[in-house]
Amino acid sequence: MRRRHTLSQTQIRRRNMSNIGQDSAARLLEVNNIEVVYNDIVQVLRGVSIGVTEGKIVSLLGTNGAGKTTTLRAISGLLKPENGHIREGYIKFDGNDITNVLGTKVVTLGAVMVPEGRRVFKHLTIEENIRAGSTTRKDGSKKIKADFDAMYQLFPRLTEIGNKMAGYCSGGEQQMIAIARAMMAAPKMLMLDEPSLGLAPLLVKEIFENIKHINKEMGTTILVVEQNAKIALAISDYAYIMESGKIVLEGHSKELQNNPDVKEFYMGITKGGNRKSFKEVKSYKRRKRWM
Amino acid sequence: MTYFIQLLISGLVVGSIYALSALGFVLIYKSSRVLNIAHGQIIASGAFIAYALTVYAGVPLIISFFLSMVITFFLSMAVERVFLRRLIGEPIISVIMVTIGLMSIIDGIIYLTPFGSTNMSFPKFFPPEPLNILGATVSWTQVVGVVLTAIIIAALSWFFKNSTLGISMRAVSDDQLASMSIGISVPKVFGLAWALAGLTAAAAGGIIGNITGLNFDTLHAFGIIVFPVVILGGLDSIGGAVVAGVIMGLIQQFAAGYLDGNWGLQGTAEVLPYIILLILLLFKPHGLFGTHEIERV
Ligand SMILES: Nc1ncnc2c1ncn2[C@@H]1O[C@H](COP(=O)(O)OP(=O)(O)O)[C@@H](O)[C@H]1O
Ligand SMILES: [Mg+2]
Repeated sequence: MRRRHTLSQTQIRRRNMSNIGQDSAARLLEVNNIEVVYNDIVQVLRGVSIGVTEGKIVSLLGTNGAGKTTTLRAISGLLKPENGHIREGYIKFDGNDITNVLGTKVVTLGAVMVPEGRRVFKHLTIEENIRAGSTTRKDGSKKIKADFDAMYQLFPRLTEIGNKMAGYCSGGEQQMIAIARAMMAAPKMLMLDEPSLGLAPLLVKEIFENIKHINKEMGTTILVVEQNAKIALAISDYAYIMESGKIVLEGHSKELQNNPDVKEFYMGITKGGNRKSFKEVKSYKRRKRWM
Repeated sequence: MTYFIQLLISGLVVGSIYALSALGFVLIYKSSRVLNIAHGQIIASGAFIAYALTVYAGVPLIISFFLSMVITFFLSMAVERVFLRRLIGEPIISVIMVTIGLMSIIDGIIYLTPFGSTNMSFPKFFPPEPLNILGATVSWTQVVGVVLTAIIIAALSWFFKNSTLGISMRAVSDDQLASMSIGISVPKVFGLAWALAGLTAAAAGGIIGNITGLNFDTLHAFGIIVFPVVILGGLDSIGGAVVAGVIMGLIQQFAAGYLDGNWGLQGTAEVLPYIILLILLLFKPHGLFGTHEIERV
């Protein structure tokens, strides 16, 4: 039985039209029509294509279980430990084919991921966490030290709280540690898996300001995965929306912010401008699925 | 008083060797959660390699001691690569079975050589007259053994605290997925953990061999005492292994010195470590310094 998607055929057509939105020549990352299966049977991604242009912030949005984390795992070479692999399609990063290559290789090529749930090294100190990020670097201790200091400038809070064990830090602090740790690998492209997860709104804002800063001031290309479409669309240049293992909509973030369906489904805003309750949106979604 | 000091000194000597013996076991467990049952066999191999280099190949004792550490470093790394690498992600019991098999294989090989059946001793290297400390005596070999042990432990602690490679090894034992996300090669870390375990085991073997002579059964016994030591220290704590090793050495020497022969007691040094272990585990199931899960709400 074919599964249906929330967003309609017209939107998929619209998606193809807006494909011209990103200049394909300067693409740092190109994910082309990939299919990912776990345990050789469970197909999770069913032909996903996304592109990330150098210097931009791109967001990948979707509800729980859409396949966002799987997409990031596929790019970062981290499917294998989960017993998954890319069955079809290819991924190119910075001119290199990275389809089904090892995670270590992807990091040395310059694509680094901040995992979902931050995953700091709980029993290591904050400094050790950040230093661990530089394991793969070969460009000399001077540059590494400079980047280390830059991380503390980016996150002054990490200095304020002292060099304690990362496991005892708050969620927001752990997110900062995880980002600093990934940045120490000197990535060309930083990938973040739901950085807003479980954080208070004020902290979410702060973290996204940091992400913007990393992009604008440090020149790192960003691919951010989010369920919080509102904040992600606010900082990104381009966005993809994923459902049940497929991209159902894509476009410039500004356009998507004004798209009534996106507003409805992912930002919980009705046409009247009121915020809809999660429950209402959910039942509406369920209804629409059968139409 | 002299008797007390004598027991204290021999307790510290034996304890420091226990610490060094246990270190490698903890290194492997900490990084890869593998219980290496064959650790005592690696200790023995290191001792025999040092002996073979010294006596058969005529290499000066000090050089063959360090050379055996280097050789065992690579042998141990090869063992990981050949026997354990393919078992990453397999059930823990399969992995333990493999290390038990490894133990039998190394035992078998050693029994094929003269080392399996004969007692040998290293040529005397240090001045034979013992040192006198507050009336108690200690041999030069023992002093050098303790100093070498201290240097090796200090160097390893420095490595794990301060070098990026050492930190990345601790990172792997903390969270493998997160380590992979920043490009740390987990298999390489496992290999390095085995290699360092081989290095410290060979050092322990060389020191034991020089102090007690080369006897396969004695070396076996050191391999077995590793288990109560690491459990006391808390399986995944390097500092714990060191402290527990010294505690165990002291307990044994004082037990043998003060309890044996009184009240009809015999062989308390063999039993007491396990009694203390059992009592401690009732109150501290993670050992003295084992890692607790950090639960932050
Ligand atoms: N390791 C795995 N093995 C099998 N199925 C998985 C695994 N990881 C995720 N899945 C499944 O893949 C689907 C997409 O999951 P995921 O990529 O984590 O989505 P998202 O990050 O968008 O929430 C879910 O149905 C999930 O159950
Ligand atoms: Mg996810």
